[in-house]
Amino acid sequence: MDNDRAWVATRKGLFELRRSTGDWRIERVSFLGEPVSMLLPPQHGERMLAALNLGHFGVKLHASDDAGAHWHEVATPAYPPQPEGAAGPAWTLQQLWSLEAAHGTVWAGTLPGGLFRSADFGQSWQLVDALWNRAERAEWFGGGYDVPGIHSICPHPQRPGELLVGISCGGVWVSEDDAAGWRLQADGMRAAYMPPEQADRPNTQDPHRIERCAGAPEVLWCQHHNGIWHSIDNARSWQELRGAPVSSFGFALAVHPHEPGSAWFVPAKADECRVPVDGALVVNRTRDGGRSFETLRHGLPQAHCYDLVYRHGLALAPDGRTLLMGSTTGGLWSSGDGGDHWQAESLHLPPIYALRIG
Amino acid sequence: MATVAFTPQLQRFTPTPQVDTSAATLRGALEAAFALNPRLRGYVLNDQGHLRPNVVVFIDGRRSRDRVALADPLGAHSRVHVLQALSGG
Repeated sequence: MDNDRAWVATRKGLFELRRSTGDWRIERVSFLGEPVSMLLPPQHGERMLAALNLGHFGVKLHASDDAGAHWHEVATPAYPPQPEGAAGPAWTLQQLWSLEAAHGTVWAGTLPGGLFRSADFGQSWQLVDALWNRAERAEWFGGGYDVPGIHSICPHPQRPGELLVGISCGGVWVSEDDAAGWRLQADGMRAAYMPPEQADRPNTQDPHRIERCAGAPEVLWCQHHNGIWHSIDNARSWQELRGAPVSSFGFALAVHPHEPGSAWFVPAKADECRVPVDGALVVNRTRDGGRSFETLRHGLPQAHCYDLVYRHGLALAPDGRTLLMGSTTGGLWSSGDGGDHWQAESLHLPPIYALRIG
Repeated sequence: MATVAFTPQLQRFTPTPQVDTSAATLRGALEAAFALNPRLRGYVLNDQGHLRPNVVVFIDGRRSRDRVALADPLGAHSRVHVLQALSGG
């Protein structure tokens, strides 16, 4: 993967960034004016995907075979006919919220909560019926949107057929048999927004974002609606980490590719007030599995800052020290030293939905 | 023959043929257009075959009423316009 190329999916287009001599510059803009909800960076060369969410004409998926120089439309994941009287949200695609590729399969997470798979890089898609047809889906509900959505897809890097998905709000689901069977694995999480007697129920947890440590795949990190959680046993259990300074509320996180104890978080004030605490944008970093955190703020705005960083708005490069962070108000910051120092790359981009390096 | 015309805005994404059709309903007329460009279907209709929330259709100057079955009748010389609704931004 490329440490010096990044992709910014925004409300008004897809921006390709290149880094040279320490500075990131906009190299190319694709889909100018169109909402780009997610992208899959180039895989095995130059093949990549971009998901649009056109205001009038719905979700569309485009592919490039030359790393974004040219694009062509491919199939959009589509829900099958909705049975009469089916419970839950309408079976209509509202947004592509996550895209991941592993072991020859591209996975797409959507609002309203369906997982799709493609074996031909987006030429065709199949709904993962085994998850969509789970009875528990009737209890899922929207978190930030009117309908539930899959925002995190974590394939196991060493075991084809094993993957984990995070759902707002539908907990954490794991399959070990290539998506044929699914198990709910959110034990240990806590939902303060539910009636007290239901706070521990795995199926209504709101994991805002989950990432796996590529080099230690049994380790997972989760920025949850109600705090930060950590698993060292491949999601069989989750432990809450209560020591984060400033705030434990937030959306985005980044996990070091081969140091399982290292992760980054972007705190916001609270769910009822989604702005930086005291108007100061900061990043929390742990290097010891969450036993302690440092609050990093050098180079970030520290007064009257109201930028919020969405779930996919923080990206860490394979080198483990290059970070990019993008906000809902079009701020983009970079760090080349793991977050110790930051610099603004632009404060005038459209609202940033997702950042990917590679 | 009824005619179906699509907003020029769609041409940014996919070809939009002008269609002359003897179809008796809006759905029949749209199917005639989709036969010429299958990809156009997903821009006008959602997964369930309903009119997208931010697409609006006028038949002889009146907004179509049936957004689900698309059963609005067409006359022999009806003029159908498929437009983007301002609600879509």
